[in-house]
Amino acid sequence: MPDHIMKAYDDDLAALQSMLSTMGGLAEEQLARSVEALTRRDTKLADIVIHADDRIDQMERAVEEKAILTIAKRQPMAKDLRNIMVAIRIATDLERIGDLAKNVAKRSHAISDPIPRRLTSGLQRMGQLAQAQLKRVLDSFAAADSEQAMEVWRHDEDIDALYNSIFRELLTYMMEDPRMIGACTHLLFATKNIERIGDHATNIAENIYYLVHGQPIRDERPKKDDTATTPFSPLNND
Amino acid sequence: MNDMTPRTIFTPAPPRIIAERPAKVVAEGVNVHYGEKRAIHDLSISIPDKAVSAFIGPSGCGKSTFLRCINRMNDTIAGCRVTGRITVDGHDIHDRNLDVVQLRARVGMVFQKPNPFPKSIFENVAYGPRIHGLAKDKTDLERIVVESLKKAGLFEEVKDRMLQPGTGLSGGQQQRLCIARAIAVNPEIILMDEPCSALDPIATARIEELIHELKQNYCIVIVTHSMQQAARVSDLTAFFHLGNLIEVGDTDVMFTSPQDKKTQDYITGRFG
Repeated sequence: MPDHIMKAYDDDLAALQSMLSTMGGLAEEQLARSVEALTRRDTKLADIVIHADDRIDQMERAVEEKAILTIAKRQPMAKDLRNIMVAIRIATDLERIGDLAKNVAKRSHAISDPIPRRLTSGLQRMGQLAQAQLKRVLDSFAAADSEQAMEVWRHDEDIDALYNSIFRELLTYMMEDPRMIGACTHLLFATKNIERIGDHATNIAENIYYLVHGQPIRDERPKKDDTATTPFSPLNND
Repeated sequence: MNDMTPRTIFTPAPPRIIAERPAKVVAEGVNVHYGEKRAIHDLSISIPDKAVSAFIGPSGCGKSTFLRCINRMNDTIAGCRVTGRITVDGHDIHDRNLDVVQLRARVGMVFQKPNPFPKSIFENVAYGPRIHGLAKDKTDLERIVVESLKKAGLFEEVKDRMLQPGTGLSGGQQQRLCIARAIAVNPEIILMDEPCSALDPIATARIEELIHELKQNYCIVIVTHSMQQAARVSDLTAFFHLGNLIEVGDTDVMFTSPQDKKTQDYITGRFG
């Protein structure tokens, strides 16, 4: 797209883009560190994550202010308008991702007993998947690449599927050994949070699609998370 | 296509407002020449009744030229030649049997600069109905004048000084007086050529509010340089460029997701 006749308008939009890119980088880092903190039960690292969340919150407010000011000053139309609306929405998603990562980190304080390695490996795998999704969707936003964004959108079902199997696995552990219930519940919440981070990545992907095509995506997203309808019954194990 | 004329894009095809409302004005293959220069290339468009259609585009794109085709104002310009077919309610406006004066009574026009006659406020509005013989008697004429001023949202401001000159009003009031004058002859279509460009924001807002009310009863076509104004008041937006009608669409869609790159560049302020 050619530049605006008024250069300062381009600067405003570029500033928004750069703020989101910084915010995205922060969110990625928070996610990586929170999973690491929980798997190693590193409470120092967890505290760093918890404190760093403030910065993401501040950036969300800054993006919002910049967006509102740009709307007021430039009366954006068409793609510029979509760009600004999408910036606001992506900032919200990134802020939520930050909150969820913070929540994952917090749980390293709650789990006192060592967790068997086989339990944390699922969490790690999920963390890696979510991180890859987040990185990819942020890259596609920077490049305004809706094809790549759609790839992210379709691959969320991998995270859902993994979450689904971890959910079942954790249920089994809890049934086998009630002393594990505390740690397993925390892990369950942590994995649920990571699964939600994946959902936010797909939200961002949908926004990129809207930004590029000017209309919302119409397909139903494939979903593999059926934990909400999984019956819990000890008899299942018989 | 060998033709230089790009095909008009419809967003969506057909625009919702065109599908929903009966067409008041239909243009088919209209070309306008000023001497050797072709000002409008093979233009076809359907303008819906009881709605506001806005023509936008950079200066010299042909939007005002086409607007003036609708009431045959171009006839008055030496060297201007209009070909193609334009119908109002299905009747060809270039029909030999058609009285141009009658056509212009049905298709009123409001210009960029308010141009009241150097007469009283009352006379400004009464002039049209009188020459067209629309009033039965003096009382009837007064009724038409008051009603037109009311419809133009000016009556309350001028009711105590109806005999004072129209030129003594503020710019915004003068423009509403011109709208009242256009309404007084009972038109079906009102053409507005940048009606707010000489007005301050408050007067502009009043005119826009008026346009919004008038569309209940009239087919309104407005040429504007203000994209925001087109977005605010119109139902249908048509984008002109270099004499071509590039894209026509529902205003809601045109300003959020236009299809053509030229439209996109123009409305986002990227046109070099």
